[in-house]
Amino acid sequence: MVKVTFVSNNGTRREVHVAEGETAREAALFNDVPGIDGDCGGACACATCHVHVDQAWIDKVGRLEEGGAEAELLQFAEGANEYSRLACQIPIKPTLEGLVLHVPEQQY
Amino acid sequence: MSIDTIEPDTVERIASLPIDQIDVSRPSLFQKDTIGLFFNRLRNEDPVHYCRESNVGPFWSVTKFDDIMAVDTNHKIFSSEAKLGGIAIQDMHSVEGALELEMFIAMDPPKHDQQRKAVTSAVAPSNLQLLEPTIRERACQILDDLPVGEDIDWVDKVSIELTTMTLATLFDFPWEERRKLTRWSDITTAAPETGIVESYEARRQELIECAMYFKGLWDQRINEEPKNDLISIMAHSPATRDMPFLEFLGNLLLLIVGGNDTTRNSISGGVLALNQNPDEYRKLNGDPSLIASMVPEIIRWQTPLTHMRRTALQDWDIGGKQIRKGDKVVMWYLSGNRDDTVIDRADQFIIDRKNPRHHLSFGYGIHRCMGNRLAELQLRIIWEEIHKRFAKVEVTGEPERLFSNFVRGITKLPVRLHAR
Ligand code: HEM
Ligand code: FES
Repeated sequence: MVKVTFVSNNGTRREVHVAEGETAREAALFNDVPGIDGDCGGACACATCHVHVDQAWIDKVGRLEEGGAEAELLQFAEGANEYSRLACQIPIKPTLEGLVLHVPEQQY
Repeated sequence: MSIDTIEPDTVERIASLPIDQIDVSRPSLFQKDTIGLFFNRLRNEDPVHYCRESNVGPFWSVTKFDDIMAVDTNHKIFSSEAKLGGIAIQDMHSVEGALELEMFIAMDPPKHDQQRKAVTSAVAPSNLQLLEPTIRERACQILDDLPVGEDIDWVDKVSIELTTMTLATLFDFPWEERRKLTRWSDITTAAPETGIVESYEARRQELIECAMYFKGLWDQRINEEPKNDLISIMAHSPATRDMPFLEFLGNLLLLIVGGNDTTRNSISGGVLALNQNPDEYRKLNGDPSLIASMVPEIIRWQTPLTHMRRTALQDWDIGGKQIRKGDKVVMWYLSGNRDDTVIDRADQFIIDRKNPRHHLSFGYGIHRCMGNRLAELQLRIIWEEIHKRFAKVEVTGEPERLFSNFVRGITKLPVRLHAR
């Protein structure tokens, strides 16, 4: 199991333990972490699983691939920046032990 | 009309039609609400179906949830471009004398992306929060003025009125003239055959009037302090303030059209669905917090836009069928929303589903409905306020449906209100 922490907009921290191979979206939904909708089912098609990767973690998680499907969707998301990723596109692996993800106030 | 009230010979006839003779583009099937029986057959027997001949020419029907998702997210192959035919099964034509309004819903990247980015903040959740109190206050007024215990038409008295009211609030449009917005929405998409306008010339005249009116509002807002209505946001935002006027108008009308029929028919469709499913209505009355999951379920159930259309830019495979470059591909959201291989008990209206937003009504991918949160907000407010006032909105007669293969509309819904 890999430990992942979700930090909500008001600073509340939620620590969850995720099975390797699950995505960060599933980590949130299976543990009832609020603020991640994931309407499309994890198909990289709705952008309602938007998270800001903690600055210290962005290079380990990987930055958005320019021109890819994920970047195309995130360009319209509210508050998107260089730390933005879609949680359904982050597979959890042992190198991400301790990962911190920030959940935006609202998904759109 | 539900399946039990369709005459038996119709059900048998639909069941025995040779599959290659099925033409789901016929608007009468939607008006009679027998279309679901046709889609059931296509999903089971021929999920990616080719219709060789129809009033709208040859076209592919994509009917299963996952295949629809695959097309919707593949905009590099499946184009929305107006000049190739646009986004509806009926081609968008260039017509002599018609005013050409460019809207990003019928564009491909990069132009689509630039335009959407420029206006999206206007209907993003943080701005909606600012508008919510006004929308609620006006919704209350409309509901407070309704007569209890009398027969009224829910569509005219409530659905249209509430939708128009919200649009007027969004644009901070002069209140007394708000029905102009409904009119402009109707004529933007109207062709003379619909009877809504007499000719393309007449439509052009009215749209110019509309353009002048909005120009006036724009000039007024640009000289005032920034506010949170859409026109003020667009007049002051660096991304939009230098937009050529026709582009501004196109985007503005897209917001009006996008949010008009769709929301109106969701308001009507919800009342009908609750009446057809009395157990669900009882659940709602017992626990109004279910409104949160009922709203997306209503939007799935109604599927206000039956489909979106694309044009293939190159040969491609969908579900094992060979699509050719230039083919017209129709994603039937109404069918995908009843696909029980993806949605549990898809043929039932259930207001407390676990994943109620996992539906196709807003599309997916880069064109996914920009107003989806606004639509949900409106429906949530309306149902919260209906619940406070009325024990039941009782449907007292047969609903009438729109003759259209694109907008799934309810044109008349007789109801009687019961006070709480
Ligand atoms: C229940 C209500 C609504 C439904 C079912 C609905 C449905 C849709 C669908 C299916 C699309 C996708 C188009 C495509 O994939 O080609 C769309 C796009 C769009 N909708 Fe909605 N809509 C609704 C409400 C609204 C509202 C209230 C607005 C007003 C702001 C709006 C504005 C738009 C815009 C601007 C687009 C174009 C997005 C793009 O091309 O990037 N819609 N809508
Ligand atoms: S769940 Fe839809 S994009 Fe991640």
